[in-house]
Amino acid sequence: MSTPLVFHYVVDGENFTSAGEASVQVKKNLRVLGISPEIIRRVSIAMYEGEINMVIHAGGGEADVSVEPDGITIVLTDHGPGIADVNLAMQEGFSTAPDNIRALGFGAGMGLPNMKRYTDEMKIDTELGKGTKITMKVNI
Amino acid sequence: MKISEITNLLNAKVLCCGDSLDNDVFSACGSDMMSDVLAFVKNQAVLLTGLVNPQVIRTAEMMDMHCIVFVRGKEPSPEMIELAKDSEIVVMATPMRMFEACGLLYTHGLNNTGDLI
Repeated sequence: MSTPLVFHYVVDGENFTSAGEASVQVKKNLRVLGISPEIIRRVSIAMYEGEINMVIHAGGGEADVSVEPDGITIVLTDHGPGIADVNLAMQEGFSTAPDNIRALGFGAGMGLPNMKRYTDEMKIDTELGKGTKITMKVNI
Repeated sequence: MKISEITNLLNAKVLCCGDSLDNDVFSACGSDMMSDVLAFVKNQAVLLTGLVNPQVIRTAEMMDMHCIVFVRGKEPSPEMIELAKDSEIVVMATPMRMFEACGLLYTHGLNNTGDLI
């Protein structure tokens, strides 16, 4: 079995302006690898939403993207406050983002639902006070 | 619809990537909430927004959008223009309000199903 190609990124939690840079880089890398545009778009949107979430809620985190013949796996890990009620957080329109984030165009309560919408598998491991790990896979 | 037609209909000023005005777009999305935009996937779309920050350009890039129209006379920063150039996205600004701009494009054949009416 071939070893997966892995990209690792650190997401800066201090700077909202730079949020999304890792997703832009992933998109470029996947293009170079010749992945289909539809798959690239689904991966990059899911990762972008996750990246924005880490900046808004968790003070940043880390992203690992693995490319294998059958799919692309994105693992987002943060050491933020954790998600108190995952079912509630998955509802479209539910958001705990502050007003200043809404003014920047986010916090519509679509982040996690969008991540689920664009991926084939999504798993949320979260613990209050410890952090959150989200694993998503897009099948090729 | 050609991007050049959007420029004319909205009396818009092109701010970058003016060499791509001959490209076609087939659908449009008007919103100031980027998460709502990210829930909308259509090929070759134009984004209309009154929000001005770099995440607008990144959102359009993630969605493979070809054109961004800033409404209500909003103009993007030089940093945003550079991001748009990197992503080869046409950026323009119109003094029109969102409702008027969307209405004009819709009545001239651009609808949100991705098909021309």
